Amino acid sequence: MEAAAIVTIIAVVVVIAVLVVYLVAVILELRKINSGLDVVIGSVGEIVGKSAPVNDIVSAIDADLDGGSDLLEGLLEKKAGTEDAAGLIESVFPGGGAAMVARRGRRGPVKNIDEVYTRGAVQLARLGRESPLGAGALSGAALRDASASSAAARALYAEPGGGSTKPRSPTIGTGAPEVYSPNEEIGAPRKRRPPPAQPRQRRPPPTEPWAPRE
Amino acid sequence: MIVWWIGNAVLLLVIAPVVVYLLRGVLNAARSIVPKVETIAKVAGSASKDLDGVELLHATQRQVRETVATVQDYGGSLDVILDDA
Repeated sequence: MEAAAIVTIIAVVVVIAVLVVYLVAVILELRKINSGLDVVIGSVGEIVGKSAPVNDIVSAIDADLDGGSDLLEGLLEKKAGTEDAAGLIESVFPGGGAAMVARRGRRGPVKNIDEVYTRGAVQLARLGRESPLGAGALSGAALRDASASSAAARALYAEPGGGSTKPRSPTIGTGAPEVYSPNEEIGAPRKRRPPPAQPRQRRPPPTEPWAPRE
Repeated sequence: MIVWWIGNAVLLLVIAPVVVYLLRGVLNAARSIVPKVETIAKVAGSASKDLDGVELLHATQRQVRETVATVQDYGGSLDVILDDA
């Protein structure tokens, strides 16, 4: 046999051996991948099975909550009036009143109830017959006395007289009327202003303060 | 005969290295897939465990219905107690 033929045979054998070694290694790796994918498919199947009812249940919960929300909105609209209901919701949950107006298919701005009443005062006025603002008749127009409602709302909280004996919070800066001196005032009781010589003139109450406006 | 030797040289010096290079690339690619598949299997297992709480949605749904029913009762009472606007 010629030398060239021997070299050819050897070269072919070497190439085939290399092919065998690498292809066997690739086969082993592919088997690992196959077994790993079996595990993945099992877990994915569990995920699909467990998450299958989520959509229906969440939709049902959403429908139930929508029903409750519609019920409460309808009740509030019936009791507080169409405009005040949205304004009351807006005063408690910013943006909620506009959303309510949109859900009700109406347009226009939401009445800003906070301009007249505080949150607590307007709710007490609607719900509590014992509150100052709710002492009058609840039927008819909205309970609103623009001239005295602010004082009445303040009367619901501590120091209904206005807290005139307590000084205001100190002003910070070079132009402050009172300069806080840490060396002198640390640990000392808070300074009190002397009581005013004459009590503040209060506006006489109307004869029927909480009667609905004409 | 010279052509034969040239063929042998091409076989050993060109074709064999190219075959080795290509096979090594395939093997490396296959080996790189294995740890990723194992990671995905772990994540899928953890995700499946995380979804065990989905069964509680049934209890949540029941609780929501009961709460809405209670709210309806309160709403009916408020409708009677409070005057309309």
